[in-house]
Amino acid sequence: MIDYLPHRTLLRLLVVLMLVTAPHLPRLPLWESAAIALIVLWRAVASSRQWALPPQALKLALAIAAFVGVYASFGRITGQNAGVALLVLMVALKLTEMRSRRDVMVVMFLMYFLLVTHFLNSQEIWTIAYLFVSVIAITAVLVDAHHPGEPLPLRQSVHMGGRMIVHALPVMLLFFVLFPRIPGPLWGLPNDAGPPRSGLSDSMSPGDISQLMLSSEVAFRVRFEGPAPSKDQQYWRGPVFSDFNGRTWRQSSADLLDRSPPTVEAIDPVRIRYELTLEPMRSRWLFALDVPDPRALPPDSRIERSGALVVDRLITERRLVRGVSAPRYRLDPVLDDEDRERTTFVPEESNPRTAELALQWRDGGMDDEAIVNAALRMFRDEPFFYTLEPPRLGRHAADEFLFDTRRGFCEHYSSAFAVLMREAGVPARVVTGYQGMEANDFGDYFVVRQSDAHAWNEVWLEGRGWIRIDPTAMVHPSRIEQSTLAVMESLSRRGEGLDEFQRLRYMLEDQWDAINARWNEWVLGYGPEMQARFLELFGLADTQRMLLALTIGVCGSLALIGLIAMRRSSPPRITERALLLWRDATRRLARFGYAQRPDEGPRDFVQRVIGREPELADPLGIVLDAYLRLRYAGESSAALERDFALALKRIRRPSAR
Amino acid sequence: MNAALKAAQTALNAIILGKEAQLKLALTCLVARGHLLIEDIPGVGKTTLALALARVLGLDFQRVQFTSDLLPADILGVSIYEQASSSFRFHPGPVFAQIMLADEVNRASPKTQSALLEAMEERQVTAEGETRRLPEPFFVIATQNPAHQIGTFPLPESQLDRFLMRLSLGYPPIVAERALLMERDRRDLLSEITPSLRPAELLDLQAQAREVKTAPALIDYILALLRATREHAGLRQGLSPRAGLSLRRAAQAFALIDGRSAVIPEDVQAVFVACVGHRLLPATEADGGAPTAEEILVGVAIP
Repeated sequence: MIDYLPHRTLLRLLVVLMLVTAPHLPRLPLWESAAIALIVLWRAVASSRQWALPPQALKLALAIAAFVGVYASFGRITGQNAGVALLVLMVALKLTEMRSRRDVMVVMFLMYFLLVTHFLNSQEIWTIAYLFVSVIAITAVLVDAHHPGEPLPLRQSVHMGGRMIVHALPVMLLFFVLFPRIPGPLWGLPNDAGPPRSGLSDSMSPGDISQLMLSSEVAFRVRFEGPAPSKDQQYWRGPVFSDFNGRTWRQSSADLLDRSPPTVEAIDPVRIRYELTLEPMRSRWLFALDVPDPRALPPDSRIERSGALVVDRLITERRLVRGVSAPRYRLDPVLDDEDRERTTFVPEESNPRTAELALQWRDGGMDDEAIVNAALRMFRDEPFFYTLEPPRLGRHAADEFLFDTRRGFCEHYSSAFAVLMREAGVPARVVTGYQGMEANDFGDYFVVRQSDAHAWNEVWLEGRGWIRIDPTAMVHPSRIEQSTLAVMESLSRRGEGLDEFQRLRYMLEDQWDAINARWNEWVLGYGPEMQARFLELFGLADTQRMLLALTIGVCGSLALIGLIAMRRSSPPRITERALLLWRDATRRLARFGYAQRPDEGPRDFVQRVIGREPELADPLGIVLDAYLRLRYAGESSAALERDFALALKRIRRPSAR
Repeated sequence: MNAALKAAQTALNAIILGKEAQLKLALTCLVARGHLLIEDIPGVGKTTLALALARVLGLDFQRVQFTSDLLPADILGVSIYEQASSSFRFHPGPVFAQIMLADEVNRASPKTQSALLEAMEERQVTAEGETRRLPEPFFVIATQNPAHQIGTFPLPESQLDRFLMRLSLGYPPIVAERALLMERDRRDLLSEITPSLRPAELLDLQAQAREVKTAPALIDYILALLRATREHAGLRQGLSPRAGLSLRRAAQAFALIDGRSAVIPEDVQAVFVACVGHRLLPATEADGGAPTAEEILVGVAIP
């Protein structure tokens, strides 16, 4: 079998195909990656050995096997992951029947299409750079495929492909800016796109985890209008756990089902306004700064019964939230019986020692506030340690933690504290979310990372509502375990323990993060709202006008490109006056049937004409003299040009004989 | 228009009949300080032309018949011991004339040829360790017979390049030949010619020729011509930059003789064939595919 493409061009196509599919490979099942590699390898060898392509029946069998295989691996053949897997496999299979020019073109365009699917998984700057390189590579192969005979040198085809893409960039930018934006995410993700990517979970069972994995991945970035809140106000509220079964904390179904908002009373008019860019964590929480002002909620969001700001759809796209929070507030100053019962419930016979301590305090005549303080004092004064590698806990987790191990992280402290409060009859619950933030020195914003995930408590006090208590913060810094301290320092990216190299690394990371933040804000965040605001600057707010501008813009830039191309290929413009006048003279004479031959000198030409038309001798003599003097003798005189022009007009059609 | 030049032309035309164009070119070659190669069969007036030029311009004349045993010293001169002064004295050879006719230059050995051609290029002679300047003006007319090449040493390309022009006289037109046969012997007429120009005037004319204007438009034309020879598939190699300079020099002299102070394309066309014909090298042995200078000229548009 002889290929349509020269062998070298075909190899280039295969290399580019691998380049285009490479980012998908880690997400594909192993068998599929292996199959693709095999097909590509086979195709390369088949081309050099001129093997025959497989028969129709085998190709059909392979196609069916591809569908079956993808279905077996993903349980479906549509959706993001399965669909992409099927597409990649089909492109590879297309190689087994790539015979004619048409097949080559189909593979080319499928490769362009494959590029688009990468956006489903990532829209980072790196992705764009990779795709930019890929699109140039594909275009270079496209150039190669259209080049008959010997393939071009690699440099030349890449240069040509690159130039075509660079030429296309202005039109691309124009479309990006002007093309009507569809409300909602540009790259809508189907629902099989993966598990939540948050440092928080739906439930909390202290003692199950013996080692907490901390990730420095960004959870969200936040920018404040006005001063940033102080450290003791940097609590970003996520899921609130009110249900406790003795071991595990969960969100209360009552909180979830009751869609009425809690009562939020701001104590003073101080408000903190901020813009929060949430990474897509596939959760519903917007992580508002405690506590969101119910009168200035971001669009499409609501305050859950528990006080957390949520949306109804999972957040699968980076999302900009404009939040307003009241730092000093009263949350649910009135607690109904049902809620009180729920938030003081502890299962019978769990944590007996904790119950005993609580009872002891209660019997000692202490009121709710005194009990809270006593508990906090206990955490502060007794040898409680903070560690990221706590011992596992048994059935009575709170008992074991409070009286035996006394080593743990926020989950242990908040859980034990809540149990202790509930045993004493004080309404208490666990709040999870993020605490703290870190300024980026290269942008005017702060970063909150997954490692900032935290759990704290709220207790309800008469007349004051839900009060935030952070028992973990009671542990004296000297009682943080050494290894934990080191981890925390490296996570917090500050502190004394960092060497020069780490400092430099964090600085570069911060810088990169700042660039990314801008990318997110201006490029990925360029949705209908921003487009409308941007176009309003040019008076293009309504769609009609925008489409008009788009049409004009595209046509105009194409016309401009064409004009430049035409100018480049057209002969240089004549600026010499003498030559212009002479052209005029020769054109006149040509109309009378006397055309100057290209190699005929002006004098010879004029003499030839005069020989045939003696009556033109006078004006032609002047014309010739003026032309020779202006053009060849280097004279320049306006008078001569005028004589030239006047004589020119006297060249008239010779009278018929 | 220089009256003396006109007179010289008229006198020349009276001797060599029916060859105005060639005579004008020969004069041009002289004014352009170039040497002339005449390629023609014997008996068409080569020697007469050389003699006539010398007479008209009032220059002294030497003729050397080139043969295969001619030695360089026979041209350049030789030192001879003189008893009277008991020393060597240099006896200048024929090359020390103002016009030298090298008849059948291709019959001499390459060694002798190159001695002459070096003298032409350098306008000086180095013999026995002493350099002697040749007279001013110095003009060599060489002839060769294209028909009988057996036993000759054809001039190599590099030597041909030293000649500004190559001309062929050809048979005279009938009218001219009739006159030639009926009238007196040309050689007798020659002795009656009075010089129209003095050597100093010729040197002045040569200086004037260098001042004739060549406008950028004209240089473009010369460049186009050169490029056409370089890009032509039928030619082994195109014209050299020296050929371009020669072309310009000849065109300037031609314009001067025509009485103009600027070169026009027609001047270039007039001298092109004579200037360039001997410098074009056909690509193949068979001359079929190679263009003549005339064909090059027709194929190039005047910019």
